[in-house]
Amino acid sequence: MSEPRKTPLYDLHVELGGKMVDFAGWMMPVNYTAGVAAEHKHCREKAALFDVSHMGQVELRGENVAEQLESLCPSSFTPLVEGKARYTFFTNPEGGIMDDLIVANAGDHFFVVVNASMRDQDINHMRGLDIEVKELSRALIAVQGPAAEAIMAAHAPIAAELKFMQTALADIGGVEVRISRLGYTGEDGYEISIPEESVVEITRLLLEHPDLEPAGLGARDSLRLEAGLCLYGNDIDNDTSPVEANLTWAMQKKRREEGGFPGDKRILRELSEGPIRKLVGIKPEGRAPARRGVEVASVAGNIIGSITSGGFGPTFEGPISMGYVTTEFAEPGTSVNLIIRGKPRPATIIKLPFVAQNYKR
Amino acid sequence: MTTYYTEEHEWLEVEGDTATLGITKHAAEALGEVVFVELQEAGETYDKDDEIGVVESVKAASELYAPLAMEILEANPALEDNPGMVNEDPEGNAWFYKIKISDLAELENLLDINAYKALTD
Repeated sequence: MSEPRKTPLYDLHVELGGKMVDFAGWMMPVNYTAGVAAEHKHCREKAALFDVSHMGQVELRGENVAEQLESLCPSSFTPLVEGKARYTFFTNPEGGIMDDLIVANAGDHFFVVVNASMRDQDINHMRGLDIEVKELSRALIAVQGPAAEAIMAAHAPIAAELKFMQTALADIGGVEVRISRLGYTGEDGYEISIPEESVVEITRLLLEHPDLEPAGLGARDSLRLEAGLCLYGNDIDNDTSPVEANLTWAMQKKRREEGGFPGDKRILRELSEGPIRKLVGIKPEGRAPARRGVEVASVAGNIIGSITSGGFGPTFEGPISMGYVTTEFAEPGTSVNLIIRGKPRPATIIKLPFVAQNYKR
Repeated sequence: MTTYYTEEHEWLEVEGDTATLGITKHAAEALGEVVFVELQEAGETYDKDDEIGVVESVKAASELYAPLAMEILEANPALEDNPGMVNEDPEGNAWFYKIKISDLAELENLLDINAYKALTD
């Protein structure tokens, strides 16, 4: 492995007390001095700032970009109106998920954000299309939480006009940035794409707001888990289909009916016949967290699935998990057992999310 | 009364052939906010390095191991209801067990405060 890379905010993280760890080849803060739970709660109650510059930002240009992207993804981009962003995923020929991503129509190009761990794969994948694929050297920060609108609008008034999943260019202190109203916490908020050389200055400027505190990867993970959002590599991967993962809302009607994307055979079959397993929320009845890899058993004692993400929800104030179970056990309210350290412990299938999403629609 | 430490960041306050056992402040800080503690019951005996409990934080699960051959005399009942105590007072109120030491000679294998400090500095 080569040395982990640093984002342009590395020195600021250290200055703010960030505990730096290697994540997907990047040195990132897992938490700051406040700690994971306090950072998590601050995001739900006021607002948190995350560095997500390790994610890949890509510009797509050319004729028929939307049509060509539809050959890789089961979502519709024809039309995706200018200024709108959409959650989607690349599927493989077997109907599994290669990565999940955000695609936005930025007017004269499409703007795409992909996961840090998958950026090389995804960029190569898109280079197979007959379009121009340009990886951007830009930083990306997220401002998330109920106070995010006020914090951002103070510097860029257009932030208040955007609705969930809308994107626009704005000027912050003479620097052109792209503001998108979306995120990975279940809260209202923004992701802001900023030229690398300006991100430290803009981040410091934003952090002057009394309601905004930095938060690390630890809080990012517990926030997204409470919100029932999938983590690529954990909850979705090359084996899991969008139907199994309950992501068919990201497949517009035309695609669900007509197919025409990699893996459409399996995905359309699962849409009509139902999948053999489903991603569900699983709430342990005791206090013991059930983490990734824990087996899920039926009350009768048969193994029916496993946990893909699990931990403790600071806002939920208890242990929370997501995992796959065979479809007959996926109904909310079903009692199951989690085999933690060899012992069965009672848990209940619940409807995701654990904490209600709070988007500005 | 003498306090011993282990490389696994446990402390052991010894009085005669009994001791109070917990995790160090250094360990509690490294774990982050503790959200769950699972302890074994009184009356059980363990060999050195047997698993005697689990501490879960917002970040991860960590096992607790017997620093020497021992019998559990009492498990701290407060930890189950209030695991956050481990962060507030790890070397005081948030003790894990009162134990009986099976073989006092095993204490020689543990660290004194200076050796432990050298390990964590």
